[in-house]
Amino acid sequence: MKEYKTITQIAGPLLFVEKTEPVGYNELVNIVLHDGTVKRGQVLDTSDELVVVQVFETTAGIGRDSGVRFTGETIKMPVGREMLGRILSGGGKPIDGGPEIVPEKRLDITGAAINPFARASPEEFIQTGISTIDGMNTLVRGQKLPIFSGAGLPHNDIALQIARQSKVLGSKEQFAVVFAAMGITKEEANHFMADFERTGALERAVVFLNLADDPAVERIITPRLALTTAEYLAFTLGMHVLVILTDMTNYCEALRQIGAAREEVPGRRGYPGYMYTDLAGIYERAGIIQGVKGSITQFPILTMPGDDITHPIPDLTGYITEGQIVVSRELHRKGIYPPINVLPSLSRLMNLGIGEGHTREDHKKVSDQIYAAYAEGNDLRGLVAIVGKDALSERDRMFLEFADLFEDRMVRQGPYEDRSIEGTLDLGWELLSTLPEEQLVRIDRALIEKYHPKYRGRTQPTAASAATE
Amino acid sequence: MEVKDVTSKNAGTGGVLQRIAGPVVTAVGLDAHMYDVVKVGNEELMGEVIKIQGDHIIIQVYEDTSGIRPGEPVSNTGLSLAVELGPGLLKSIYDGIQRPLSVLVDKMGNFIERGVSAPGLDREIKWDFKPTVKAGDEVGPGSIIGEVQETNILHRVMVPPNIRGGVVKSIKEGSFTVDEVVCTLEDGTELTMMQRWPVRTPRPVAEKLNPDIPLITGQRILDGLFPIAKGGTAAIPGPFGSGKTVTQQQLAKWSDAEIVVYIGCGERGNEMTEVLIEFPHLQDPKTGKPLMERTTLIANTSNMPVAAREASVYTGITIAEYFRDMGYDVSLMADSTSRWAEAMREISSRLEEMPGEEGYPAYLAARLSEFYERAGRVRNINGTYGSVSVIGAVSPPGGDFSEPVTQNTLRIVKVFWALDAKLSQRRHFPAINWLNSYSLYLDSLTGWYDENVSPEWNKIRAWAMEVLQEEAELQEVVQLVGSDALPEEQQVTIEVARMIREIFLQQNAYDDVDTFCDMTKQYDMMKAIRKYSDLAYAAQAAGVLPQQVMAIRAKNELPQIKFIKDYKPVLAEILGRMDEEFNALRAA
Repeated sequence: MKEYKTITQIAGPLLFVEKTEPVGYNELVNIVLHDGTVKRGQVLDTSDELVVVQVFETTAGIGRDSGVRFTGETIKMPVGREMLGRILSGGGKPIDGGPEIVPEKRLDITGAAINPFARASPEEFIQTGISTIDGMNTLVRGQKLPIFSGAGLPHNDIALQIARQSKVLGSKEQFAVVFAAMGITKEEANHFMADFERTGALERAVVFLNLADDPAVERIITPRLALTTAEYLAFTLGMHVLVILTDMTNYCEALRQIGAAREEVPGRRGYPGYMYTDLAGIYERAGIIQGVKGSITQFPILTMPGDDITHPIPDLTGYITEGQIVVSRELHRKGIYPPINVLPSLSRLMNLGIGEGHTREDHKKVSDQIYAAYAEGNDLRGLVAIVGKDALSERDRMFLEFADLFEDRMVRQGPYEDRSIEGTLDLGWELLSTLPEEQLVRIDRALIEKYHPKYRGRTQPTAASAATE
Repeated sequence: MEVKDVTSKNAGTGGVLQRIAGPVVTAVGLDAHMYDVVKVGNEELMGEVIKIQGDHIIIQVYEDTSGIRPGEPVSNTGLSLAVELGPGLLKSIYDGIQRPLSVLVDKMGNFIERGVSAPGLDREIKWDFKPTVKAGDEVGPGSIIGEVQETNILHRVMVPPNIRGGVVKSIKEGSFTVDEVVCTLEDGTELTMMQRWPVRTPRPVAEKLNPDIPLITGQRILDGLFPIAKGGTAAIPGPFGSGKTVTQQQLAKWSDAEIVVYIGCGERGNEMTEVLIEFPHLQDPKTGKPLMERTTLIANTSNMPVAAREASVYTGITIAEYFRDMGYDVSLMADSTSRWAEAMREISSRLEEMPGEEGYPAYLAARLSEFYERAGRVRNINGTYGSVSVIGAVSPPGGDFSEPVTQNTLRIVKVFWALDAKLSQRRHFPAINWLNSYSLYLDSLTGWYDENVSPEWNKIRAWAMEVLQEEAELQEVVQLVGSDALPEEQQVTIEVARMIREIFLQQNAYDDVDTFCDMTKQYDMMKAIRKYSDLAYAAQAAGVLPQQVMAIRAKNELPQIKFIKDYKPVLAEILGRMDEEFNALRAA
């Protein structure tokens, strides 16, 4: 392999190399320092005069005397079954002191798009044991459902609880977990690792760690390495894989950093104009393929800068992913765990995975009714702040109380409390039974007669519902 | 007609690659014109010339360019980016450059690799061609020369608009593939069932007509309050999660267009799969046949190449125009035009063009208006009448309607269905805000509603809008002082508005009956609410307390008629009881 010593310019993470032989776009590049250290990079722009290389590690130590070797191939990830239970760096090198990974295959990390015609529709209900997710924002196998959070909120605990408790009913098989950390602190990483070890999840997990003090540019490839691994586990080895990516905000910051170094025309808030396409290249690597056994379900986590859901990062993410789980600072302050605000949360694939044959026939209607009632109660809180509780009508007071009850009983649960879907739905009925029956306009008569506690005789009818008779 | 296949290697003069930066590459030594289709690199990736700068030819490539090196060959096909039009379009699922996705699965497996080409129309299938002209007949551009029963849709085979025509020398009946000659003209021109048309050029029409027939969608808030005309243009902007895609899909399923072209432009793979799986099973309410039989799908998901996403919108509208030329009403859904605009922005920034607002190219507004202008109800050059209605979803970042794509779209389209995240959060679907939305077709459609629904319709519509408007103002007061503080009459107004919202405007797309609501039922529902309103005000004037008016039991049963197919007897029974209850109240 030829080594060039023709670096003309180094700017941020970019090297400009002159007078090379034809170099392929996106090729993997090795940069050899004078002390023999090798750093890795990728070709961003190539012409017969100049090649622009993006270095994945710090450019410290690189000078005009450094050698540049073009490998002639795009970045590939060695993958194999042995990767389960291993901890790798954000660049894919083992850092757990174990042996090098013996590759069964080497795969291009960019990954090709799944042909929409080959996809199968995700419809297998995943029970996470968290009521606000299972009951109201149901997750299905093959979905990508991000957690939108803010700094200082317990999104990591929620992600861990999901990873711990997720199961497909009637299936013994456990999820394999691919965990990719981008720019998180050592402390957060330890929190995840400790939980994986304690629950035994580590044996069926592959961990990629790019910590806060690791090079930012490396974060560009970390999620791609993780997803390439996940695709191998899922579509070649037939496993059901849960991918957790945290924190996508750090990834996007790295993307912006490179865009700025390349002097590109920036889009909104300085993020590159192609960020949508770039993020889609990550998030769209979830799904199920017809006739193939495995699946990839994605849980990207991102912290919204300033809790602003219209910030480009959550905004573009929301346009690509199939819904979002929004963690609320307000609920967190009230001391409610998991502080999931169901109102802005959404699961777009929910309708495919619920109802008869998946969960229970009343699922959709119960969820819609709770949503409507909680939204109404929540709105009334604003009114109470102005006119006081006494000025409310009887009806309004009931909705207001419903909102409080909902947060206290349905949203609040323990980090190790694993609720069944029946339990969640029955709890929903119990809360709804505090409202007069004629207010349950979104539920058909037949379902009310079948599931309403009054007709089931499980709980005592409350004063309110008795009054309607 | 000369039938050339862009996928063949009939290369013009060749050049070599000089620079590769993502989807935009530069070639030198290539003899090319703007928008020529070229083959890039050793793998012959498909690309299109988008800029010529001296000897430098700038090309956007429709496939991934990883690993391509300077010095690799580039050849010119000499053709513009065109689609193949003919029998076989319906039931097909294409990517942005009309490659059938099913064929791609056969050729390269579950993932989309590059360097594989596939013709848009199947060359093997034989179609039964029945001539509608005979030897000696005179045909001109666009003339219908025969028919093929493609699905339950009759496919009319036409003389391409760019062929002068003449006297038919011979025409054959029988089974043919799309590239076999079926008709020869006196001057030697040979016609097949297939024609090619460059996607960036609108197909010619004889005359554009006024939009005075509504496109009935079966969605109450759309047909009832904010109708779109056949051949009209509409935009659905909304933040994510506000139900844009569901609304688009409802339109594709239920609108009374004969042909549907659905463009999934830069959207989610799983959502496209839902469409792909659902459409073949859904029944067309009119024919009882699967909806797929009248549909062409274009799926270029967000992670497929960005240049092909840019082309997908043009591919779709050209197919729509082709069916319009046969005399059909076509509706075209583009989900989402924002992703298309972003594709333009991405290409533009790689070209290092001077950016306009928010990094979008300065020609954004021009491209959008050119696209929407291809909609319309027209008299075709062959004398038939047809229409293309365009419904574009817009995905404004952060739900901010002041961004360039939304603003430039609003300047062109006539109907605006404003999706509202607040409504979808409280599960009010379709989450279309009735205060912000508008339709500029109301006046031109009045006549149609008078004639086909009821002369009362336009009045009752105006009444409903007034009540909703009044409610919005009253709600501001309620926010401050609570609803009990309102005068009695206004409490009734609030109740009536709530009924309009919950009974008429809310519609459940997932309910077998409620998913489609015809105009008669819409009118009946609105009349029922109006009846309650009239009775309530009258009762109140006669001294009945508002609490009693609100407590009328019959009105609580009105919502269920949404879910009943044969609703008329039930509705009559409910209204009868409503009368009785009011009479009882007044008697007391």
